[in-house]
Amino acid sequence: MWLENAVQDAERRALPDLKPLLEALALATSALRTADWNDDATGESGARRPADGR
Amino acid sequence: MAADTRSVAALAAALTARDTTSETVTQACLDRIAELNPALNAFITVLASEALAQARDADRELAAGRRRSALHGVPISLKDLIDVRGTPTTAASRVREQHVAADDATVVRRLRKAGAVIVGKTNLHEFALGTTNEDSAFGPARHPLDPNRSPGGSSGGSAVSVAANMAYASIGTDTGGSIRIPSAMCGLVGLKPALGEIPTDGVVPLSTTLDHVGPLCRSVEDAGILYDVLRGIAPGTPAARPEPRRVRLGVLRGYFTALLDPQVAAAFEALCGRLRDAGVELHDADIAHATDLAPVYTHIVLAEAAAYHATTLESRGDQYTPNVRLRLEMGRYILAEDYMRALKGRGVLIQEVTDALKGRDGLLLPAVPVPATTIGAATVGVGASDEPVRNVTLRLTQLFNVTGHPAIQIPCGATVQGLPIGAQLVGHRDATPALLAVARALEPAFTIRTSA
Repeated sequence: MWLENAVQDAERRALPDLKPLLEALALATSALRTADWNDDATGESGARRPADGR
Repeated sequence: MAADTRSVAALAAALTARDTTSETVTQACLDRIAELNPALNAFITVLASEALAQARDADRELAAGRRRSALHGVPISLKDLIDVRGTPTTAASRVREQHVAADDATVVRRLRKAGAVIVGKTNLHEFALGTTNEDSAFGPARHPLDPNRSPGGSSGGSAVSVAANMAYASIGTDTGGSIRIPSAMCGLVGLKPALGEIPTDGVVPLSTTLDHVGPLCRSVEDAGILYDVLRGIAPGTPAARPEPRRVRLGVLRGYFTALLDPQVAAAFEALCGRLRDAGVELHDADIAHATDLAPVYTHIVLAEAAAYHATTLESRGDQYTPNVRLRLEMGRYILAEDYMRALKGRGVLIQEVTDALKGRDGLLLPAVPVPATTIGAATVGVGASDEPVRNVTLRLTQLFNVTGHPAIQIPCGATVQGLPIGAQLVGHRDATPALLAVARALEPAFTIRTSA
């Protein structure tokens, strides 16, 4: 859904060359979203506590 | 006049002994720029008259017995992302055509106070968003050993200026490897200090939480001299240089050695052998979440860059180079929730690098998986695979921008074609002087120099 909306928006803004970059970004985003440090709102995930993120 | 390949330290000694003058060596650098810059395109702005005036002032002070620092009278260059009062800071972009800096960046004030002579401002990948220096409003900088190749980037012009002996050192910036990558590709030492040590005000940002300022130069000793000046404190007693046989390093394997050009892999293993021969204790180490590094880096750097550029992309988007414009536009589609996920991953990576350093003096890994790439190539062969140039060149450096640990690139070999290969030493967070001490102790084992 995010990718579809992003590609449509890029086309609306006359930036069709952005499509392959957005597709690559979607892969990176997917990897980020499935990383094992992410929380979920149920409180059941064993998310680690990171160090200062500066 | 033959090119002068002396280090900053050696030149400083000659200037102090009055064996030469700052005006003489500055004029030689300017002559060299006039001769080579049309082909190599290292400089965007040459500050000839200002540099000669600074050099004469330096000579007068030296003659009167006043030596400000080891940089006194030494000609250096600056990446054209750093403000010099009264001079354009182009960031290699048409977007900034009308810009003239109202003031010096803090690092420039410190360099002036130390007596450095600024010969000019160097070419870069537009707004530092790239690793090849190809996307520049002023055209690509070219590798001194092969003008068909990139010197690396984004501080490519800085690296060329030193490797081709147009300056004795340069000040660059490093957001994902932009000091260490061109230093590796051009056979130089490049230092990314710890995060936050060197002020970035007056430096055009790429990513405000990943940007670092640091030197490109010819030796670890020179990196230390420049580091002391840039951090703005009088150099104290240098950290004691350890005996190599008392040094313990973690050698990063797994992700960090999985994708290397065979000649880079061979040079790195040969370096490990020389270090062992010198008595250094080497143990394999790994970073568990290294494979998550690229998504973390991408979401931080592009989101932060997009925030800086969004207004200008709307008003003057067509004035960016096409590739840089698209990458910046890509950043505008990153969601806040994903940026926050990346920051959380950053914390995990900081902890893992810190853990890998426990009980060790540093980490060792190659600097760039491939030697200098061909200008115009979108991909590069790495062993049996073909990889995007940008991804592969950032692969081994970006981690330490994310974690903030100091890292130094030191030349360690060359390909059969003579192209330089380098390796990185990484220090404890906020312990750059200790990293420099280890690097000086081990530099002889790196040895093989191939600077152009």
